[in-house]
Amino acid sequence: MSKKTAIRVNINGRDHAIAVEPRRTLADAIREDCGQTGTHIGCEHGVCGACTVIVDGEPMRSCLMFAVQADGRKIRTVEGLADGDKLHPMQQAFMDHHALQCGFCTPGFLMLAVGVLERDPDISDEDLLDVLSSNLCRCTGYQNIIKAVRAAAIEMRKG
Amino acid sequence: MSAHGTRGSGMTWVGRAIRRLEDPALITGQGRFTADLPATRWVRFVRSPVAAGKLANVRVPTGAMVITAADLDGVKKIMPMLHKFSYKPVGQAPLADGVVRFTGELVAAVVAPTAAEAEDIAERVEISIDETAAVSDARAALKPGAPQIHPEAPGNVILEGRVKTPDFDAAWGAADKIVTMEARSRRQNATPMEARGAHAAYDLATGRVTLTCTTQMPHLTRTAISDVLRFPESDLRVIAPDVGGGFGQKMSLAGEYVVLVWLARKLKSSVSWIEDRRENLIAGFHSRDQYITLEGAFDKTGRLLALKADIVANIGAYSCFPTTCGVEPLMAMAEMPGPYDVQQYQCLARGVATNTCTMAPYRGVSRPVITFTIERLMEKAARAFGIDPVDIRRLNLIDRFPYKSATGLEYDEGTYKETLEMAVSAIDVPAFRKRQSDARAKGRYLGIGFATFSERTGYGSPAFAARGMEITPGWETVVVSVDPSGFVEARIGSSPHGQGLRTTLAQIIADELGIVPAMIKVVHGDTDRAPYGWGTFASRSLVISGGATLIAARKVRAKLLKIASHLLEAASDDIVLADGVAKVAGTDRTIPIARLARETYTQTHRFKGEIEPGISETGHYDPPGTFSNACHVAVVDVDVETGHVKVEKFLVAEDAGRIINPMIADGQVHGGIAQGIGNALLEEIIYDENGGILTATLADYLPPTVREIPEIELHHIETPSVNSITRAKGLGEGGTIGAPAAVINAINDALSPFRVEINEMPATPQRIRAALRKAEKVA
Repeated sequence: MSKKTAIRVNINGRDHAIAVEPRRTLADAIREDCGQTGTHIGCEHGVCGACTVIVDGEPMRSCLMFAVQADGRKIRTVEGLADGDKLHPMQQAFMDHHALQCGFCTPGFLMLAVGVLERDPDISDEDLLDVLSSNLCRCTGYQNIIKAVRAAAIEMRKG
Repeated sequence: MSAHGTRGSGMTWVGRAIRRLEDPALITGQGRFTADLPATRWVRFVRSPVAAGKLANVRVPTGAMVITAADLDGVKKIMPMLHKFSYKPVGQAPLADGVVRFTGELVAAVVAPTAAEAEDIAERVEISIDETAAVSDARAALKPGAPQIHPEAPGNVILEGRVKTPDFDAAWGAADKIVTMEARSRRQNATPMEARGAHAAYDLATGRVTLTCTTQMPHLTRTAISDVLRFPESDLRVIAPDVGGGFGQKMSLAGEYVVLVWLARKLKSSVSWIEDRRENLIAGFHSRDQYITLEGAFDKTGRLLALKADIVANIGAYSCFPTTCGVEPLMAMAEMPGPYDVQQYQCLARGVATNTCTMAPYRGVSRPVITFTIERLMEKAARAFGIDPVDIRRLNLIDRFPYKSATGLEYDEGTYKETLEMAVSAIDVPAFRKRQSDARAKGRYLGIGFATFSERTGYGSPAFAARGMEITPGWETVVVSVDPSGFVEARIGSSPHGQGLRTTLAQIIADELGIVPAMIKVVHGDTDRAPYGWGTFASRSLVISGGATLIAARKVRAKLLKIASHLLEAASDDIVLADGVAKVAGTDRTIPIARLARETYTQTHRFKGEIEPGISETGHYDPPGTFSNACHVAVVDVDVETGHVKVEKFLVAEDAGRIINPMIADGQVHGGIAQGIGNALLEEIIYDENGGILTATLADYLPPTVREIPEIELHHIETPSVNSITRAKGLGEGGTIGAPAAVINAINDALSPFRVEINEMPATPQRIRAALRKAEKVA
């Protein structure tokens, strides 16, 4: 075990001052040190994307980033998507289109899709499929995830 | 349609695609999974780095807390049991006791204040093993002189099933042609996105342990662990919280859970173990490693007269609990004839031990393999007779019901031929053949493949008893109660983990009681709260738990009518329950259902002893089983230069009886097909010659992404089942059962100009290229 480093991360608008070992992943820091367990860990080697969060506007796999690299940065997780009781259009679309079954990969897909559509609202259908192919879902066969993300994209463009 | 909406008169909730009651928590990050629980100690397991050997010594770093088999004094072995098929009981010590039998087997448990520290210590635990020869292939394990995995099972055969129908030899002798299929299915891992994990917490006040774990069977987990650790079952509570997919992998007892409960009791503390992906891929149970030789005897018209099967299932190092390692070979033996009308059958099915990870059920169990095998056989036979692959199916599919199979299974009414015709017409085969021929002229190789199959679902205890299981699952219990505020709770023994049962069971109850689904809470996955039940697996929950729910809800309905009859002073036959009220038909006299409930708690004196207090009714259901059926069609584009296969289109015509929620049903089919396509093309656990495992990350073991799954077109027929009181059949496994056969038949169709055959799954680019290279050499 090595010495801990003090860092400050902002998660969903709230500052968390935490002390982490240099080797601590951002995913572990979000879940264990900041208590935000909505971000899930599926493989810890950057393949499944379940741990995707938005760091300074970019969707990132939080298992591939060290917590110390997130010092001073703004992070958004699934817990921050809804505006009070009002669901984000992406959450609403996932419900409406049955884009989740067990729900384990869902936070990662939500953050991936929201992050990409905020950055590139007019992304083409083909490019969108490429983006969605970066995360794994074992339950849905992806059909309804594609439908939900396309439906949410239309809603998000309306603003 | 929201579950909170109002319902027009005469409409039912059953049959409607209402949104799921499960979703709000899961999409807002409020789901509660096992890994979300805090613990005071964390466990890291030290696993065998080799496939076979004698455990000589475990050297522990000074001051570290490390548990080995020597510490587990008095702990029994996990001992799954069958009383048939010459089954050789082989036990498994929770931590390896003197001998290791596969790479990844548990040797020791490290306990530390954090997961990271436990992992650091585990790296420093030195285990010495005197390596012995290992065997990972089932056919090699059957050879004389092969390493013997268990002394109790000479020749490595753990069980052996045989079937021969009385007139088999006559039918075989009368054949015009015998067609042979040598099929090989490689090893797979179910790969739920949440790997396994457990949290065991000791309660100082009561001495009880609460085990929260990723299980599909909470009650049986409690029974099994209290048996192995020898303490009263009432001192253990098992909770299955939100579980991130299971697909069968989470129904078998994990030795890790036993160790966690032992540690919690020993330390009087809380301990957690969260499996990492590598552990899951090497030791989280494997499936489908089978060789099948299937021979079909056909008359001169292409009619199948008899089938002969030799099934070799690699069951790995131990027998899984509770199903035992019979689950694959015995299911393959019993269901091999599938959707075809063939009354003469001979089979030898063996479960063979090897130095590999233990086999356990995975969605579809053996049926993806047997469907792939028999559907390849039928296509090969069609070629041998010069008839169309669709026509040979038309000739042989079951079309009279109830149908009794050669192995004695009774099929309720299905639509084997109708779904085939529906699929053939929807895909437009002539148009495809034209496109295929145009593409070939340009050097592009398209193919179409069909798979027809039966899916035995919702079977109760007699079906499991036929396997001779010491633990015979099957029935389910549901308790439906109405509280004094009029809200309904259904406590169920099933343990859904993504199947949407909270919604579909609420739909069933809502129709019986005349209330909206949003007033109904389904409680599951907690042995303190839910009645004993078997959990969720084998496409059973909607049929069996749904049936028990309907029985309990009907009793609640009868009681509500009786109460209403007292309070409204009308005959209960004249009262209807709808839109949240009890109403005397043809009048405007009504009373809210919530008030009926309250009166049974707070105004019992008014019923003069004629009605018992409270409303809580129990339903039990143990059905004989029902058969769903479907036809799958895949269209593929094979790149003959690289061996890459793109699935262009996938079409399904299926019949799962009455559909409770079409949105959820379609989702089950979609997900199953994606797993089937993965099984057909990508997913393979590979061992090296020494029993080391080469596929320990998701970059090596490849579940499909959105890019590998085409658009899936679904068509439905609903044939209500007489063997299911909700008339629903199960459909959780069908997608996975049919897809590999359809995809691999399509690949063979695409490659037909090259005269190659692919009879192995997954049909990876390497295998396709190897077959093409071999054909080029011959040519």
